[in-house]
Amino acid sequence: MHIPPAIDPVESLKAALGDAILDVKVFRKETTVVVEPSRIVDVMLHLRNTTGLVYNFLSDISAVDYYPDTHHPERFGVAYHIYSMLYNRRLRVKVYLPEEEPVVPSITSVWPAANWLEREIIDMMGITFEGHPDPRRLLMPEDWDGHPHRRDYPLGKEVVQFSFNAEEIMKYKPFAQK
Amino acid sequence: MAANPNELATKATWEGSVEQLRGLVSDRALSGETMLLNMGPHHPSTHGVLRLLLELDGEEIVTVLPDVGFLHTGIEKSIEDKSYEKGVPLTDRMDYLSPMSNNMAFCMAIEKLVELDVPERAQIIRVICLELSRIASHMVWLGTQALDMGAMSVFLYCFREREYVLRIFEMISGQRMMGSYFRPGGVWRDIPADFIPEVKRFIEYFPAKIDDYEALLVNNPIWKDRTFGVGVLEPDMALALGVTGPSLRGSGVNWDIRKAEPYSGYETYDFDVPLGEHGDVYDRFMCRLQELRESVKIIQQGLKRLTPKGEFRSNNRKYVFPPRSELGRSMEAVIHHFKLWTYGFDAPDEEVYVSVESPRGELGCYLHGTGGNKPRRVHFKTPSFMHIAAIPTLAEGHMIADLIAIIGSVDIVLGDCDR
Amino acid sequence: MGLSAKLGNLGVVTTTVETAVNWGRTGAMWPLLFGLACCAIEMMSTQASDYDLSRFGMELNRASPRQSDLMIVAGRLTRKMAPVVRQLYDQMADPKWVISMGDCASCGGVYNNYAIVQGVDEIIPVDVYVAGCPPRPEQLIHGILTLHEKIKGERISQWAS
Repeated sequence: MHIPPAIDPVESLKAALGDAILDVKVFRKETTVVVEPSRIVDVMLHLRNTTGLVYNFLSDISAVDYYPDTHHPERFGVAYHIYSMLYNRRLRVKVYLPEEEPVVPSITSVWPAANWLEREIIDMMGITFEGHPDPRRLLMPEDWDGHPHRRDYPLGKEVVQFSFNAEEIMKYKPFAQK
Repeated sequence: MAANPNELATKATWEGSVEQLRGLVSDRALSGETMLLNMGPHHPSTHGVLRLLLELDGEEIVTVLPDVGFLHTGIEKSIEDKSYEKGVPLTDRMDYLSPMSNNMAFCMAIEKLVELDVPERAQIIRVICLELSRIASHMVWLGTQALDMGAMSVFLYCFREREYVLRIFEMISGQRMMGSYFRPGGVWRDIPADFIPEVKRFIEYFPAKIDDYEALLVNNPIWKDRTFGVGVLEPDMALALGVTGPSLRGSGVNWDIRKAEPYSGYETYDFDVPLGEHGDVYDRFMCRLQELRESVKIIQQGLKRLTPKGEFRSNNRKYVFPPRSELGRSMEAVIHHFKLWTYGFDAPDEEVYVSVESPRGELGCYLHGTGGNKPRRVHFKTPSFMHIAAIPTLAEGHMIADLIAIIGSVDIVLGDCDR
Repeated sequence: MGLSAKLGNLGVVTTTVETAVNWGRTGAMWPLLFGLACCAIEMMSTQASDYDLSRFGMELNRASPRQSDLMIVAGRLTRKMAPVVRQLYDQMADPKWVISMGDCASCGGVYNNYAIVQGVDEIIPVDVYVAGCPPRPEQLIHGILTLHEKIKGERISQWAS
């Protein structure tokens, strides 16, 4: 089988969708392409369908909350990790979303695998994915308040039980006294 | 935020109307033509606390709506509250059938983030442990899938072999399941003297047992009837749904991270990647069964290279604590020891993504540092998560009894899915 | 004993109702087939070949709460799962007992966070706590035997409650 030669994803993206590319970073041999959030579907379609790139597998979508640091462009980041089986290489596409309106188009039309990965982020980070087919909570109960993986959400620690505060804690364990 | 416990005890488990399901199930369910059946979260064949809302036309499945999160533990958030090395024990409890793979993914991410080296001997120990845990994990998978489909004896045989592996794990880490044996920069401590002979005994003993399982199941007509042509996953569909590991290879896609992006020296081992043809339950079953033999092959090669004594952790004292024997002699060692166990180490404010081949598939770890001693974000991309998302596609149009076979064949662990 | 016993002449044993009923209850306990997390795998190991829980008359795990009288809460209990566990407990017929297996079920264990109920005793009464993360099968067996001892000591006046 003839395999077309691999081309550089960054060069190819800059040529085709130059205005959507905001930044390119390389750290520990991992390339990160920062793109305009509204153009994410175009970028993904280009990366998946172009000969010589063929990033055909969506590995992961993860969201980062940069609160309380301010030296990052925006509060939220969403990182898409895609993989090309043909050329055996990975690429990270990243978008930064503002705190007031964290909205990014859904890429479920490109990869059905994105469905649950995006639902998890809707649940855990409170980021809206526009056009998502089923934007319910995934992991937390339906009536849960807040988005647990945000940095300003408390971890919710229970205090350690000592003799002086034992009674306080035992109030919450009505059945333990039996 | 903190729910009142008495409220928890009295809360109804399902509040809602059928109207909420509009658009998720077919319209026939709303008119009452098809039946909605709730399976789980307490059900013996869902392999944990998975809830499936089934829409049934007679006995035929129209839609499946998986509901996960009954085991959501907040592991990622908890790790973000700890220094890097202290996060390792928490990762154990994600995919509790193969804790070593989780350790591996997390340690590799840390090692990549801070550029920490791992001595060659530690890599060999890691490979042996990873393959042993692959065997242990596949033993539970085989036992429970056979149990779900009515073959009780296989379950008892599989757990007998698993005990053997667990005893080896206990020997090296002090714990049967949650050893937290891998640490950033190597492994926790050196292997005991009995380790090599014990593993040797195991791999001499084990292949005959695989023959036994094959004799029990491979040509068993009942087994074949229930698995042939059930839950067929086309290669294109498998890739689009993000299915990985033996479930993907059962569809004939040759992608194994151990071969494609070798880590921990896997490129130097000689092993094959078993592939299926049709992508049904039987092919996925055969792939996993063959993987057991490949794991034995890898362990054999690893044992040949493993020396009884030598380096087992990196000597980079900025990240790896000094051995006990140095503490009495060197002031610097005391300082390092104190610093590492109280504060930890700093990692740059950058992001890395690594993935390892866990027994279930691609286990990815996304790690984002803060520049300080705690990670900003840890996210695990877990294979079970993607596999449960794929169950609706697999189960559509099958009988409800086939669903049991399908759930078993994609090998899900709910702790892995919900984290 | 001897030949006369085998021929049907068993003789007479005197005992109290308490002892006889408690002996009966401990001899054939049916646990609910109910696993949550890691501890469930150790619970399976306990029932499998090496540890063989059927030595204590407990080989039969019932999948239905209506038929079981012992609930082994094996693993961490999340806030989403808590109402389900409570419902299962309510569905079990009296007399019923609960073993909280593992650290997470007993006190929250290593997960002191938003998602985990800090001890299953917040929602259901627990008879025996088994420590360990996860407990070894021997520890679980010890917990079960401790529960047997507890049941053997129960008085007739306590049965009604």
